[in-house]
Amino acid sequence: MSGGTRLENANPLIFQRTGERLQTANDEDEDVADPIDDREIFDLIRSINDPEHPLSLEELNVVEQVRVRVDDQGNTVGVEFTPTIPHCSMATLIGLSIKVKLLRSLPERFKIDVHITPGTHASEDAVNKQLADKERVAAALENSQLLEVVNQCLISNARTG
Amino acid sequence: MMAADSALLLGLVEEFVLGQQDRKAVDTATELKAGQFTILQLVEALGLHLTSSQPQTRARGVQLLSNVLQECHGDLTEREVEVLIVFYENRLKDHYVITPHVIQGLKALTKCSVLPPGSAVSILKSLFQDIHVQSLMLAERSCVYSILIQLMESRESELKGLGADFVFGFVQSVDGERDPRNLLLAFHIARKIIHEGYDLGKFTEELFEVTSCYFPIDFTPPTNDPHGITQEELVLALRAVLTGTPRFAEFLLPLIIEKLDSDVQSAKVDSLQTLTACASVYEHKELAQFLPGLWASLRREVFQTASEPVESAGLAAVGTLTACLSRSVLNSDSEDSLNVFLELVLKDCQHHLCEPDLKLVWPSAKLLQATSTASYRASHRVAAAVLPSLIEQYNSRTQCAQRRTLLEVLQGFVHPVKSSEEDESVLLDFRQSLCSIVFSALSESNADLQVTSMRVLTALGQQTGLLLESDVELAVDHLTRLILEEEDSKVSLAVVECAGALARLHPAAFISKMVPRLKEEIFSEPMAQGEIATPSQEHSQQAVRQRCVAALAAVSSRPSLVQESTPVLLQVLTSAHTGTGAFSLEEVISVCHSLQKIAEQAQDTEETGRVFHDVIPRLLGLALQAALQGSSDHRSPILEETVLSAMVPIISTTCARLQSQLAGQTASRAVSLFLDGDVSFLPENAFPSQIQLLKAGDSRSQSQMVCLLMGCVCWLPQTVEVPQMDRLLLELEELSCTCDHPLSYTSAAKCYAGLVNKSPAGEALDSLIDRMLKRISTELDSASSPVRTQAFTLLLWVSKALLLRYHPLSTALTDKLFSLLSDPELGSLAADGFSLLMSDSPDVLNRGSHADVRIMYRQRFFTENSAKLVEGFNAVVQENKSGYLKALSHIVNNLPRQVQLTELPALLPLLLEALSCPDQGVQVSTLSCLQPVLLDPPSALISQLEVLVGRTLALTTSPTMKVRIASLRCIHALSRFPEHEIMPFRARVLRALGAPLDDHKRVVRSEAAVARNEWFLLGSPGGK
Repeated sequence: MSGGTRLENANPLIFQRTGERLQTANDEDEDVADPIDDREIFDLIRSINDPEHPLSLEELNVVEQVRVRVDDQGNTVGVEFTPTIPHCSMATLIGLSIKVKLLRSLPERFKIDVHITPGTHASEDAVNKQLADKERVAAALENSQLLEVVNQCLISNARTG
Repeated sequence: MMAADSALLLGLVEEFVLGQQDRKAVDTATELKAGQFTILQLVEALGLHLTSSQPQTRARGVQLLSNVLQECHGDLTEREVEVLIVFYENRLKDHYVITPHVIQGLKALTKCSVLPPGSAVSILKSLFQDIHVQSLMLAERSCVYSILIQLMESRESELKGLGADFVFGFVQSVDGERDPRNLLLAFHIARKIIHEGYDLGKFTEELFEVTSCYFPIDFTPPTNDPHGITQEELVLALRAVLTGTPRFAEFLLPLIIEKLDSDVQSAKVDSLQTLTACASVYEHKELAQFLPGLWASLRREVFQTASEPVESAGLAAVGTLTACLSRSVLNSDSEDSLNVFLELVLKDCQHHLCEPDLKLVWPSAKLLQATSTASYRASHRVAAAVLPSLIEQYNSRTQCAQRRTLLEVLQGFVHPVKSSEEDESVLLDFRQSLCSIVFSALSESNADLQVTSMRVLTALGQQTGLLLESDVELAVDHLTRLILEEEDSKVSLAVVECAGALARLHPAAFISKMVPRLKEEIFSEPMAQGEIATPSQEHSQQAVRQRCVAALAAVSSRPSLVQESTPVLLQVLTSAHTGTGAFSLEEVISVCHSLQKIAEQAQDTEETGRVFHDVIPRLLGLALQAALQGSSDHRSPILEETVLSAMVPIISTTCARLQSQLAGQTASRAVSLFLDGDVSFLPENAFPSQIQLLKAGDSRSQSQMVCLLMGCVCWLPQTVEVPQMDRLLLELEELSCTCDHPLSYTSAAKCYAGLVNKSPAGEALDSLIDRMLKRISTELDSASSPVRTQAFTLLLWVSKALLLRYHPLSTALTDKLFSLLSDPELGSLAADGFSLLMSDSPDVLNRGSHADVRIMYRQRFFTENSAKLVEGFNAVVQENKSGYLKALSHIVNNLPRQVQLTELPALLPLLLEALSCPDQGVQVSTLSCLQPVLLDPPSALISQLEVLVGRTLALTTSPTMKVRIASLRCIHALSRFPEHEIMPFRARVLRALGAPLDDHKRVVRSEAAVARNEWFLLGSPGGK
C-alpha cells in the first residue's frame, strides 16, 4: 500500500476473530465421514485479506458464519457478504476474491453463489449480477491487473491456512 | 652473484616477459626467497624491459616485479621499500596498460612492516592525483580500497596528518562504485573514517552523499551467488556509516523521511531501522527540527501498514526516538523536545483510545505504549494524559467487547518501566482505580474480560507498591473462586498463570488462603450420604478437583509453598491407595503430574531438596504397599501401569537435582530395597521381611516396581556412586531376560542400559557387555526361544546406551540389530527400534538424566552405517525390503537438517523407492522426512521432480488418512521450489488435488485446499 494514498474508510469498526475449529475425536477417526459444513466454508473465507486494510474479512465483519449456507448433499454453497460502507468501491473485488477462493478450494460438484447481504450496498444488484455471471467472472480473471489484486487478497490467507 | 645464478635470473625474466609464461613469476619468487638473488638484482635484470618503448613489455616487466613482491614483501629492507615506492609512484603516470600491475605492486608494498615514514602519505597522494579509480577494472578498484584499508590500519597517524584531503581523496575514488564486493570495502573505509576520528573538514556532506546514494540498499544476489554477499550485509555496513556520526543528522533525517514514502517494504523497514540506529547515538539537538516530519511519517506507517515488520520497526523507532529525547540534558534556553514530541503523539493518538470499536485504537495504543516504555519521564507524561480517560471510559462503557478492548489497552500501559530504584511507579496515583477495575472485571461473567483482567493483575503484581497486602488477599480470594467455579478452559489457564506469578511474590497469602481452601475442596465428600451422584455431577466434581490440583502445582515455586502443597498431593495418593477417597485413575495420574511439575519448577534450594528427598520414600512405600496388597476388594490404583509410569518422572526429576550427599543416600537406600528387601527407610514400616523385588518374576505387581528403581538410580548425577553395581546389573539382566511382563522387562532393560551408559570404561564393562551379548544372541538365534522379544528389548536399549557414549562395542550391538531387520518375527520391531535409537527418550538415557550423550552421535551413526543399510536393502528379497526402508527413514528423520541435505543425493533413490513401498508406516515416515527437506530444496531433488511429484500425488488418495495428510503437506512444500522448475507440473497438480478436496475427512480437505491455493498462486500475477 502506498504511503500517500487516502483510504476510503481509514478507521473502520473491527470485530473479534473466531478461534481455530476445535478438533474432535471424530475428526481423527478414519471411518467417520465429516460432512462439509458452514463452519468449514467460513474457515476458508474468513482470513481473506481486505484489499485496503491489513485486516481479514472476518475482522471487518464482511463475512460471518451465519451468512454462509452449505448443502453438502445438494452440492450448493451460498455466501452473503456485507461491505463495510454502502458505497464501498471494493465490493465487487471482495466478492470476486471470495468466489475465487471457494472455486479453488471446493470440489467441482458445488455450485457457488456469492452475493451481497440484501440492503447493505448502494449498487447491490449490479454487483450480484456480475458475481453470478460465469463468463464475466472468467473474463475478470483474464485481466491480469484484477487477478493480481485478487491473488493478493488470497495470498497470506493461503499461508496461514 | 654467481654467473649461473645470473643466467637463471635472466632466463626467468625472459620467459616471463617475452615468453609470456605466467608461472615463472612463482618460480622467480621461490628462487628469490631461497636467496639465489636479491630484489635489486631482479630490478636490474628487468631493466631493459622496464624501459622498453613497448607499453606491453613494460607492463609485463612491472607485472613480474609486482607478482614477486606479493610473495616477498616481508623480506624487504626499509631502503629497498623506499626505492621501490618511488619507482612505483612514478609508474602511476605511465601508460594505462601498466597501471593495474603498478597498483598490485603498491598494494604489496603497503603490507611491508618497514614502510618508511612519510611513504604512506606519498603513496596516497600519488594515487589520488594520478589515478581515476572508477575507470579501473573491478579487481584494481578493489586493490585501491585494500591499500587504503591497509594504510589506515598501519599508518593511522600519518594519514590523519593529511587532514581533510584524505577524505576528499576517498570520496573521489569511491564516487560511482557499483560492485557490491567493493562497496563492502568502501563502506568499511567510510566507517573507519568516521569512527576513528579522521578530519572530515568541509567534506562532511560529500562523504554523506557518496555513501547515502546507495540508501536504501536494493540488492539481489545472482542466482548462483558466487561471492556470498547478502543484502543484509550491505544494509548493515551502510547503516554503520550513515548512523556513525551526528554530523550527518541534518542530511540523513530528511533522507529517511523521504524514503519512508517508498512503496517497497524492505526500503521502509530499512529506513525505520536506520532511524532507530541513529536515534541511539544522536542527541535532542540533532532531532529537534525534524520531529514533526518524522512523527508524521512514523504515524502513517503504523496507522496504515499492512505489514507486521513495518509496524514493529516503526514502533521500535518511536521508542528509540523517545528514549533519545529523554536522555538529553537540556540547556536553560532550549525547549524540552521530549515534551514537544509527546504532545505530537498524544494529539494524534489519544482521541482514538476513546473509540474502542474502531481499528485505529490499536495502532494508537501501541504508539503510546512505545513512547511510555522508553523512559521514566515519558511514561509519566503519557500515563498522566491517557490513564484517567481510559479508566473513566472503562467505568462508563457497558458492552463487554468495549470494556475488554479498554482493559487490554490498559494492560499495555501497566508494564514496568526501567527506572532508577528511587523512582516510584508512575502508576501509583492510579493504583486504586486500576485495582478496582481489575476486581470488578474478575467478577464479570465474560471469560475474555476475566482473562485480560488477570493479565493486568499479574502486571500490577510485578511492580512494587501497586498491590497492597489487602489487594493481594482479595486477589487470592478471586483466583480461588475462579478455580472452584469457572469451567472455561481459557480462564482456567489464565488463573493458573496469574496465581503462579503472584505466588512467587506473595507466598504468604497463598499459604493462608488458597492452599487450605483447595485442600478442603479436594477432600470434600462427593455427595451427601445416601445420594447417588449422576455421571455429570461426578464429572464436574472431578473437573473441579483437577483444577485444584493443577493450581496447587502452579503456585508451588517458593519453598514455603512447596512445603504446604506437596503433603496435600501426597495425601491424595495415599487416600486413593487405601480407597478412602473416591479418586479416579485420571485424577491420581494428574496428581503425579502436578508433583512432577513442582519438582521441576521448585527453586533449587536446600529446603525444597529436602522436601522432595522425603517424597521418594513416601512414593516407594506406597508402591510397595500396593504391590504387596492381598486380593482385597479394593484394587489400589497405584498398581496400574499408567500411575506407576507417572510416578517415575517425580522420582527422576528429584534425583537428577539432589545434592550429592542426599543423592548418595537415596541411591544406597533404593538399591538395598530392591536387592535386599531393606524396608527400614520407608514410612509406616509394616512390611514383611522377605521381599525380593527383582526376583519376583511371577508377581508382576512387584517386578514392575523396577521402573521406579530406574527413575532413581539412572538419573543421579554421574559423581554419585551406585552401590553393589555388579550384583544390581546381574539381577537386572536376569529380570529383563526372563520376565514375561512387558513393563517389567522393558524397565529392567532401560535401567540396565542407563547404568551401563554411566559405568566407567574398561575391561570390567567390556566383559559385562560381552557376556550379555552372548546371552542375548543365544536367545535371538533360537527361533523357538520364548523370550526373543525380551532379548531384543535388552539389545536395543543397551545398543542405545553404548551408541550415545561412542563405546567401541556399540557397533557389535547395532550390527546385530541390522541383522534382525529381515527376521520374520522381530523385523518390524527392529525397524522401529531405529527410531528409538536415534531420538531422545524422555525417561532414561537423556541429558537431563546426566547420561553420557556425545553430541553428533546421530551423524556418526549414520555415516558409519548408511552403506550397510543400502547394501542390506539391495541384498534382501523383496518382501523384506520394507524393514530396511523403515529403518532408513527413521534414521534420516532424526538427523539434523544440515546433514539431511548433504546426504540426500545419495539416499534419494532409496527414499523415492520408499514412497512406493506398500507399507503405510514407511510412507508416512518417508513423507515426514522429505517434507522439511522440501522447504529448502537441494538440487539433487530438482532433478528427480518428475518421480517425486508423481509418487507423492499418488499417495494423496491413499486409504490411510495420515499418508494423505503427509503427502499433501509435501505437495504444499513443493510449491516453494523455484518457479521455473515446477511450473510444468502446475496443471497436473491442480487437477490431481481436485480429488482430495472432496475427501471424506475434513483435515485432509483443509490440507488439500491450502496446498491447491498455493499452487494456484504460482506463476499468477500478484501470486509469487
